[in-house]
Amino acid sequence: MSTGTVPKPIAGTSSFLDDRLGAGNFMRRNLRKVFPDHWSFLLGEIALYSFIVLLLTGTFLTFFFKPSMEHVIYEGSYAPLQGIGMSAAYASTLEISFDVRGGLLMRQMHHWAALLFVAGMMVHMLRVFFTGAYRKPRELNWLIGVGLLTLALLEGLTGYSLPDDLLSGAGLRITEGVAISLPLVGTWITFFLFGGEYPGEDVISRFYSLHILLIPGILLGLISAHMILMWVQKHTQMPGKGRTNKNVVGAPFYPAFMAKAGAYFMFTFGVIALLGTFAQINPIWLFGPYTPADISAGSQPDFYMGFLEGALRLMPSWEVNLFGQGGGTLPLSVLIPALVPMGIIMTGLAVYPFAERWITGDNREHHVVDRPRNNPHRTAIGISAMTFYGVLWLLGANDELSWVLHVSLNWTTYVGRVLVFVAPVIAYVVTYRICLGLQRKDAAIIGHGVESGVIKRLPHGEYIEVHVPPAQDIEAHMRGKEAVPTLPGAGNGSDGVPPKALRGPIGRLRAKMSAAYGGEKIPLDDGHGDGHGHDDHAAVGAGGDDKPAVH
Amino acid sequence: MTDNNHDIEQPGERVPKRVIGTPSHAATGTPLLGAEERTGPAEVPGVDLQDEATAKKGERIAAFCFLLTFLAGIAFIVSYVAFQVGDLDSAATSNLALGSSLTVALLALASGIVVWVRMVMPKYKLVQERHEMASDGETRAYVGETFLQGAAESGITKRPLLRRTLLAAAAPLGLAPLVLLKDLGPHEYADFPKKLRHTVWGEKTKEGKQRRLVVEGTGAPIRAADFNSPGGILSVVPEGYEHDLNELAKSTLILIKFRPEELKSGTNRNWAPDGIVAYSKICTHVGCPAALYEQTTHHILCPCHQSTFDAADGAKVVFGPAARPLPQLPIAVDGEGYLVATADFPVPPGPSFWERGDAEAEAREKGGQS
Amino acid sequence: MNRITAGRRHPLARYAVLLLALGLLGFTYTLAAPTSERADAAIASGKADDVAEGKKLFEQSCSSCHGLNAEGVEDRGPGLVGVGAASVDFQVSSGRMPLSNPGAQAPRKQPAPWVNDDTVRQLAAYIQSLGGGPTIPTAEQVDASKGDKAKGGELFRANCIQCHNFTGEGGALTQGKYAPPLYPASERQIYEAMITGPQAMPVFNDSIITPEQKRDMIAYIVGVREQKDPGGADLGRIGPVTEGLVAWIVGLSLLSLAAIWITAKRRQAQ
Repeated sequence: MSTGTVPKPIAGTSSFLDDRLGAGNFMRRNLRKVFPDHWSFLLGEIALYSFIVLLLTGTFLTFFFKPSMEHVIYEGSYAPLQGIGMSAAYASTLEISFDVRGGLLMRQMHHWAALLFVAGMMVHMLRVFFTGAYRKPRELNWLIGVGLLTLALLEGLTGYSLPDDLLSGAGLRITEGVAISLPLVGTWITFFLFGGEYPGEDVISRFYSLHILLIPGILLGLISAHMILMWVQKHTQMPGKGRTNKNVVGAPFYPAFMAKAGAYFMFTFGVIALLGTFAQINPIWLFGPYTPADISAGSQPDFYMGFLEGALRLMPSWEVNLFGQGGGTLPLSVLIPALVPMGIIMTGLAVYPFAERWITGDNREHHVVDRPRNNPHRTAIGISAMTFYGVLWLLGANDELSWVLHVSLNWTTYVGRVLVFVAPVIAYVVTYRICLGLQRKDAAIIGHGVESGVIKRLPHGEYIEVHVPPAQDIEAHMRGKEAVPTLPGAGNGSDGVPPKALRGPIGRLRAKMSAAYGGEKIPLDDGHGDGHGHDDHAAVGAGGDDKPAVH
Repeated sequence: MTDNNHDIEQPGERVPKRVIGTPSHAATGTPLLGAEERTGPAEVPGVDLQDEATAKKGERIAAFCFLLTFLAGIAFIVSYVAFQVGDLDSAATSNLALGSSLTVALLALASGIVVWVRMVMPKYKLVQERHEMASDGETRAYVGETFLQGAAESGITKRPLLRRTLLAAAAPLGLAPLVLLKDLGPHEYADFPKKLRHTVWGEKTKEGKQRRLVVEGTGAPIRAADFNSPGGILSVVPEGYEHDLNELAKSTLILIKFRPEELKSGTNRNWAPDGIVAYSKICTHVGCPAALYEQTTHHILCPCHQSTFDAADGAKVVFGPAARPLPQLPIAVDGEGYLVATADFPVPPGPSFWERGDAEAEAREKGGQS
Repeated sequence: MNRITAGRRHPLARYAVLLLALGLLGFTYTLAAPTSERADAAIASGKADDVAEGKKLFEQSCSSCHGLNAEGVEDRGPGLVGVGAASVDFQVSSGRMPLSNPGAQAPRKQPAPWVNDDTVRQLAAYIQSLGGGPTIPTAEQVDASKGDKAKGGELFRANCIQCHNFTGEGGALTQGKYAPPLYPASERQIYEAMITGPQAMPVFNDSIITPEQKRDMIAYIVGVREQKDPGGADLGRIGPVTEGLVAWIVGLSLLSLAAIWITAKRRQAQ
């Protein structure tokens, strides 16, 4: 089969480059690099492409935005604010919205892209977590991811404050109120951040340089590192036919994956444009200019800060004075909600791969990911954490909930105070049970086959439904299951002296946790969890002869 | 553990070798992507070509999509020229025209590429080997040796003077950028906790008079006799500082008119002429303006985190995360009948901070607010 | 439960009103006497008929909760002496009164069938005759086209948005109370609400916020609520909560669907 000729211009350029860079060797290794296919593997790309859209639209915005808190009288084209005093930053944001062609579109796309950037990171992270794709050798990339998420929150916070409208100012005020509550350093931090007392005249330009230079620079570096590591370590794959920890099955980078990635970039860009066109976001002209004296009902942060807002709202009014009149005020009703949930979530994320490895003693490389049901404790912990986050997030909007659902604002808080502790526990138990149930279902399908819908009468008169073996690819997907490892010597089954590492109180705890966390709960091949022994249902019928081979 | 050893097409060697062609040695002058005719292998395992009918159909659909992108792109440029902005309605039109043409262009392009991949390109199921990330033992040993050898050659291990002075040299350089940040803060930074304790309410005006309360938004002073409807409120700022944001961030007041019998013991009646009470509007939680006033319950609600204060009872906290009441400002009526501040807040207004201490106890000792 | 008791209460109340109106006619007559001076003032301004008609309306529809002489009934309704005609116009024309279902707060609803410009004027005249109070603003005072939007916006942000939100969408208050949306309110009702302070709302009297300033605020409120949303759908104009929902539900769903389409296995033609 002829594959044709390379056009002269491309041939010439490529040789030029190869002579100087040795690109050929790199291309030889990588042009046909194989990428596995699964829709959930594209979720991280939402964040990646949103970031590119953010860079593009953000650059456009910087051409017109004036990061200055200088007091000006607005004389622009939005009538209801004409003659009103405001900061130059707010006035220039109004100008972008009403006096620059495409300015409103770019502003709205920038904001929607920011929301999708964080949302994309979150769903990507959840995918990686629930499938265990963070395991060795990918722990470092996971840590980079946690860093990226933290930076994205900061980037969002600084960007949200720039237009200097009444809503963003409320966010800034809360930021200041939280920062100043920190023990010992709080006043120092705020006076250095704001160049004096709040709000001062410096914070917009300082946030501006953080928002357009420092944080995006670090983000760009970390994203590159994230990509390079992914490239070098090769993508994980779902369990399935022919897929092992020693190979990667899928489509080649050139041309298929490249085209798919390009298409997905265009989709992301397109959906952001769609939202920017048809859904109004952050209508700053309606909020009015910032003054610390005013506030609107329903002042909320963007969604990714909602859980902090919710935590602040849930707290009872605790405050202690350590040294009487000498100082040492600890406003616990600010400190605890501002630091603890964020700390639990971010530290928990960062530590999880290492904690899991410590508990399971699993030091192998993993390239085939788990189905969430096959590591029920991990899945339950994840859902439990999501519930904790979700309750706080929901309570961050309790005034809107109360308003829309016509329930008492105070009761949303009381209920939230209970739910934030109870709901994660319930979520844990329920998820764990569901996972085991799903495992049982898998075992039943492997053991008995799937119901074919064909009813057959046996010679002695009994009617049975014919079970046929599951389709090969589905069976292979199920058989990708692997017992969660336990430490050697952990658990009840072991006898004799425990290994050295498992002695002592911490060692015994580790052994206990290992036994609880790991192990095979529902073995696939004798998975007759429903009680009756191995019968011949599966052996009867069309699939009887090629019953799944025992693996 | 079960192994996934289903039989599938395992190509004899790694695919990249086959597809790129075989430039066996990079002889100078051999172009990377030579312009000569090449022939690929007739059939590669794991690459299922589309049948021609599907490919043809895919080509047509993709071409249609790309054409749509072309037209929408032109529409975008035309919209830019055709729709001017400069007021709300024209901005709306421009946004709709630009945005929808851009959306169509991008989504059509995306769809076209997907159709191209799915219907024209082959169906791939290529297999590549993975290798352990870890280097083999020999390499590790080599690296370890070389590292030690290099360290020894450089002398850093043998010559402590060199090592220590290098470390000493680096330390101040590393601190230098931090030192540079010092001027981010205020120049008179030594007394900043003091600044948080004081507002302009405690200062006399330039004329040496007590500072009047003025209405936020109009700047008009308030005659006590005019503010006479029970259940009335006002957002109030200090005279002369109507647009000073730093001052507003701690001095803004919420002024409430009560019937005298409604006031409870928490409120200092000496500071409530004619049942008019002034509280700091800045929430003691994290500083939002606590401004929602319910005249039926006398509750002041902060919209940010729902701290609720009982305005009739010294603005004590009745719900929510705020830990301290909103400070009450001592006010009186001046000779001309206007409301003025007679002193600063007895305690610092706004959110708590470390150096604040038990300001309430301090104020009680001074005999101020109960 | 409220609904049930209210359902019972309603017909009973009508009986009570009927009985009281018939049986105690003379009694009310004597009680009305002390207010004759104020009634005289009303007569002087040519509204005596209105007062008499208003009184009848009051007895039929309001007195069960507010008392036969608007003196109020404990736990049912406040006294209305001195609330003024503006209060009556606001409460009745917005359908809040008569209240059928006592809860945390009287909701805006379709006004009762007997409510029209005349009956409201009569009822208002009667209440005004009892003890004075804020009067109904003139058409001139509430003419949004004569106000200065920008100035009004400043006052609106200083005094209103903390409860009613930045465009007047409303918001939650404590214990099930709420600040209602300003969208359905007429210019006159907005003005009346400011001077009378209905329910939990505080009062903004004319000597502090002048009628001109109130007209500016009305101009801003009316202008903003009629104003186009140049960026597309308004998402309820309540800020980032709905924006976050749309980003997740619309944005991420569309992108997930796209991902599924891109990676879906395509059945190969044989």
